[in-house]
Amino acid sequence: MELKEKLISSFLAFENTVDVDAPVHDIRSQAIKVFEEKGFPTKKEEAWKYTSLNAILKHDYSIFPKEENALEFKDVKKYFLYDLDTYKIVFIDGKYSSHLSETTHDKIDVCLMSSALSHEKYKSIIDNYFNKIAPEDGLTSLNTAFSKEGAYIYISKNKQADKPIQIIHFSTGKESTQLLQPRNLIVVEENSHVQIIERHQSLTANPVLTNSVTEIFVDKRAFVDFYKIQNDNENASLVDNTYIEQQAQSVASVHTFAFGGNVTRNNLNFYQKGEGIDSILNGVTIIEGKQHVDHNTLVHHTEPNCESHQDYKGIFDEKATGVFNGKIIVNKEAQKTNAFQSNNNILLSDKATINSKPQLEIFADDVKCSHGCTIGQLDEQALFYMRSRGIGEKEAKALLMYAFANNVLESVKIPQLKQRINKLIANKLGVNIGFDL
Amino acid sequence: MLEIKDLHASVEDKEILKGLNLHVKAGEVHAIMGPNGAGKSTLASIVAGKEEYEVTEGNILLDGEDIEELAAEERAHKGVFLSFQYPVEIPGVTVTNFMKTAINETRKAQGLEEMPAKDMLKKIREKSELLDIDRKFLSRSLNQGFSGGEKKRNEIFQMAMMEPKLAILDETDSGLDIDALRIVANGVNKLKSKDNAVIVITHYQRLLDHIVPDFVHVLYDGKIVKSGTKELALELEEKGYDWIKEEINA
Repeated sequence: MELKEKLISSFLAFENTVDVDAPVHDIRSQAIKVFEEKGFPTKKEEAWKYTSLNAILKHDYSIFPKEENALEFKDVKKYFLYDLDTYKIVFIDGKYSSHLSETTHDKIDVCLMSSALSHEKYKSIIDNYFNKIAPEDGLTSLNTAFSKEGAYIYISKNKQADKPIQIIHFSTGKESTQLLQPRNLIVVEENSHVQIIERHQSLTANPVLTNSVTEIFVDKRAFVDFYKIQNDNENASLVDNTYIEQQAQSVASVHTFAFGGNVTRNNLNFYQKGEGIDSILNGVTIIEGKQHVDHNTLVHHTEPNCESHQDYKGIFDEKATGVFNGKIIVNKEAQKTNAFQSNNNILLSDKATINSKPQLEIFADDVKCSHGCTIGQLDEQALFYMRSRGIGEKEAKALLMYAFANNVLESVKIPQLKQRINKLIANKLGVNIGFDL
Repeated sequence: MLEIKDLHASVEDKEILKGLNLHVKAGEVHAIMGPNGAGKSTLASIVAGKEEYEVTEGNILLDGEDIEELAAEERAHKGVFLSFQYPVEIPGVTVTNFMKTAINETRKAQGLEEMPAKDMLKKIREKSELLDIDRKFLSRSLNQGFSGGEKKRNEIFQMAMMEPKLAILDETDSGLDIDALRIVANGVNKLKSKDNAVIVITHYQRLLDHIVPDFVHVLYDGKIVKSGTKELALELEEKGYDWIKEEINA
């Protein structure tokens, strides 16, 4: 049976595990119909022209976690930012691990989607926000249909989350193949502030496909910093669908560090709904082998005096392939918009490829929009210069790559995270350059 | 210290050096002069280990060891330093971090421990004072947005930090005003000792007023065609290169 049919027929079984009388279930039932109609995206669709899911959809994925698997903290410590006090929402094979987590209901809510969906206390938030900005495309609808578990974060007015929040999804490989569909909801009310770090980590070579949906609502003058660490093994694929709605004078930033995986697709969408908004999208991609990373971004400017800043850097070695597709829409009303986009790439091998495509749809006449894209090799003259000072070839290359990615790293606001990212890059490049940039 | 014997080298099948001989002993300063396109910068790059040049004949010996097969960084570890005619801009790497990396990589290759941070800072302070370099300058990205003179001064600062056995200054005087020229020359002179050697590549006499050479060589059409003492430089300044060309062609 094809995966699509298997999923549709599994929906009945899924209904036995959830409260079918809850209003959210109407949303699920509607979503499975949309998925049935639209199915998985194919390369015929413009937005999926350079990314094929065919190979990864051939596996006979296990759709529901069969048992609760446990992990010991010491065995997975390295995937945490352990040198920093944080809240933690941890899932193992799609199930919540209370053992590894540290949640709270003190002033702010950092907990589980499953409790938010089933407790009366959260009903108004769920009614107001759940599935309100997630569009009806095939993959998002599939996630909505099976939405049950994930992270739920609610920061009410004038609150600052007292520490960053880590969301980590482990897959243990106990199932030979596994489909994970986390569903996250993050609501940050007026003048509030939160920092979130998210990571997906497969612990074995068994194939995993994660189809994640995150909705983030950023109210007036609120600040949200979201960091995505994608450094998974070569049999783990990820489709990350993130939708962010911002109200007036809010600032939201998403950093995506794509250092590995099989096929990684990031659908990152910002919808601006007020004046004076700033949206920041930064990314560093460093991949090799046959890895594939696709960044598909959208910033929709609808009101005057807003900004968006996109800066994506990519380094591709061996047969790695990259895609950057950055769409900016500026509505007629959105005068005085400043929208910037840049995508710079280095190809380290003749067989590596990058497809970079800016898409600007501008309907206002008084705006500043710029986009730029470069594709090049490491500068030979710069390499010789460094080597002539005694810096080995490998280190010189690494230093140039660090320098290339540096301004994106500079904007990471959590020092321990910045250090960790530096270390991940150093490990990836197989060097120790002896200082933090 | 440096012995170049019958060196032939080409780039993309074009022969640039055509049998060059040069012998530099410890404690000496040699000047290499010559018209544009004679092969001066090629010689500097080849000694420093630039890979795009192919040595087709001859040898380059450093303290008796043939260094032709060594990579640029290995030559640096053995004490070869090239002050670039056109220093490369490296955004995102500060002058200080670049020097720390260069010195510690070199020490590592020589089997030494990394230099303690305190000593490193002290050394950076000393050498930047020697070259009249502002502290703020050291935390800027390497060569990025530097003026021509700042780039050259930064090259000599790096030389002071690396303390090379053999320093090759490739047109270090170009782009320098007279004050900067004096500072740079003073820096080079302070670093000179009986154990190291300097090769100054230049078009003009004026740097040689400050860094006084023991020998002056004229490089023309891929060979050293005339050698002499510092008086030769003065003669070249006065008469140009045409008389040398005539002498050779006669």
